[in-house]
Amino acid sequence: MLRSFDVRSALLSLAILASILAVWQITTHVPDTGPVSVVLSQDQMGRLLDKNMSSEDIEFYTSQGVAFLQLEQIASLNLSREIIDAAGGIRALGISVPDENSAPAPGSLFPSPAKIGIELWATVTDPFYVAGTNDMGYGIQIGYSLLRVVIGYTLAALVAIPLGFLIGMSPLAYKALDPFIQVLKPISPLAWMPIALFTIGDSELSSLFVIFVCSLWPMLTNTAFGVASVRSDWVNVARTHELSTWRTALTVILPAAAPTIVTGMRISIGIAWLVIVAAEMLVGGTGIGYVVWNEWNGLRLDRMIVAILFIGVMGMLLDTAFARLQRAVAYVE
Amino acid sequence: MARSFLSIERLTQQFPDGAGGTMTVFENATFGVEKGEFVCILGHSGCGKSTIMNILAGLAEPTSGVVKMDGEHVSGPSLDRGVVFQNYSLLPWLTALKNVTFAVAARFPKWTKQQVIEHSTAFLEKVGLTGDAIHRKPSQLSGGMRQRVSIARAFANEPKLLLLDEPFGALDALTRGTIQDELINVWSQTEQTVFMITHDIDEAILLADRILLMTNGPLARVAESVEITIPRPRNRTEIVEHPNYYAIRNHLVQFLGQRSKELSGMSSDDIDQRPQSVHIDKTADLDIQADAMHENPRLRAISE
Repeated sequence: MLRSFDVRSALLSLAILASILAVWQITTHVPDTGPVSVVLSQDQMGRLLDKNMSSEDIEFYTSQGVAFLQLEQIASLNLSREIIDAAGGIRALGISVPDENSAPAPGSLFPSPAKIGIELWATVTDPFYVAGTNDMGYGIQIGYSLLRVVIGYTLAALVAIPLGFLIGMSPLAYKALDPFIQVLKPISPLAWMPIALFTIGDSELSSLFVIFVCSLWPMLTNTAFGVASVRSDWVNVARTHELSTWRTALTVILPAAAPTIVTGMRISIGIAWLVIVAAEMLVGGTGIGYVVWNEWNGLRLDRMIVAILFIGVMGMLLDTAFARLQRAVAYVE
Repeated sequence: MARSFLSIERLTQQFPDGAGGTMTVFENATFGVEKGEFVCILGHSGCGKSTIMNILAGLAEPTSGVVKMDGEHVSGPSLDRGVVFQNYSLLPWLTALKNVTFAVAARFPKWTKQQVIEHSTAFLEKVGLTGDAIHRKPSQLSGGMRQRVSIARAFANEPKLLLLDEPFGALDALTRGTIQDELINVWSQTEQTVFMITHDIDEAILLADRILLMTNGPLARVAESVEITIPRPRNRTEIVEHPNYYAIRNHLVQFLGQRSKELSGMSSDDIDQRPQSVHIDKTADLDIQADAMHENPRLRAISE
């Protein structure tokens, strides 16, 4: 029963994905018709032939979308097509094909799933190449982002969990620190960015600081809440067994509050991953967030979408890891 | 008078009543418990039984008065006083066995891991928990089994005083009966001093050497100390046949049904509130009746 439920849900997911891709493909796929060929009037044809342009050349250029005005310029050069080609084509001579004749049809600017698929395959098969500061494999870029998240997040955990313990165990600390937490918590992590850039100076450290700040609050409040709401019976068990404060914290309060703490950690890692993309867009240089911005600037929407897909998958993996941890520390009362 | 093993002296507990004044739960309560004795305390809800229990456990501080055990002041919780809570208070992330070893390791820090495990399994066995069950988490055990673990944990620590706070309150009647037997079984093997709160008169008669009766609160007091004059070993089906059983039971029912109300609310007038000893023994009367049947009128006259 459970198995068939899993199978059915997987099939439904695949069906939804397939229909989305189909609609996407149909709406964005415009067959490559090439340049729109230009039709010349009898009169124009006659004038070009008068200027010693061969009828084969006229036919070739019109099929490339070159309009009459440009044809006249080419004709006035009085050069054969071989010579023009040898010089690098008509564009090299400053004669261009009018935009409306050469541009692909509107709508195909947004990449189709097929196009993205090709790009995705290229990225997955070669994720770690380095061809320059602005052209590195997405594997490397994700690595940069992940490293920043891990460092900022770990520092936040090292501060938030012990501090949360203190706040949770001491009603005085709870009350005294609560106003600060309540004011600082709702501040958007990116609002810290200017302060960080000004005080720290270094953009790399600033993005770490932003990750640190945004990861801090969910872990801090959840740890404090989890520790403060440990059942008094369990604390009494520790007291009647004369456990030291240290041992009580480690053997009773920590396991009792662990599910709440890990929930906070899971929320934090999600926020950290959201924020690193935004921070890298601002700071630039490396990282998957920077990649998105860079590909947008280069109008490589297909590559940008691949990068976005990578962000999503990585976020999911991080969340899954913490979901596992959550299951490992869960208990039934 | 020689001091008891556990002596409660002029214990007073007051709480703020929420309107700026104070509410006195009990005042100058004074009583003792002897070594190896099994004492039950009976009273209606709100009379302060649990408060007394928490003070004895060291989990709460009285407003005034002292508790002495073995001549030493009780302040703060200690491994010398084990507690079995009504809601079992097992740590849900540990298995039954680990809940016990956790306590045993705290009590005997110098023991090896092996010693701790052997000691713990032995006590789990005493309350009928063996095999696979001891490796399960509390959530996978029935209420009765959880309370067995809790009792094993308390006894395994071999405290000088064992405090039981309505240990069978949440169990069904059948399970309660079995675990009462197991409790008596462990107790008789260990000669522990036990102080137990209960609501159940029959349970108290079955288990206790002595029952303390509390009047209703506020200003509750331990009014009577009723000796259970039924010899051990007691068996739940046989004790009802004993001539003292119904006499004691009626006395207790009378007290809880009527006199606990009549005696309540009296200020202590700054005098120690000692319980009055009650000794009910019908076996002597029976002897007399038996003698009477042997037509011995003189003896009967003396007894009157």
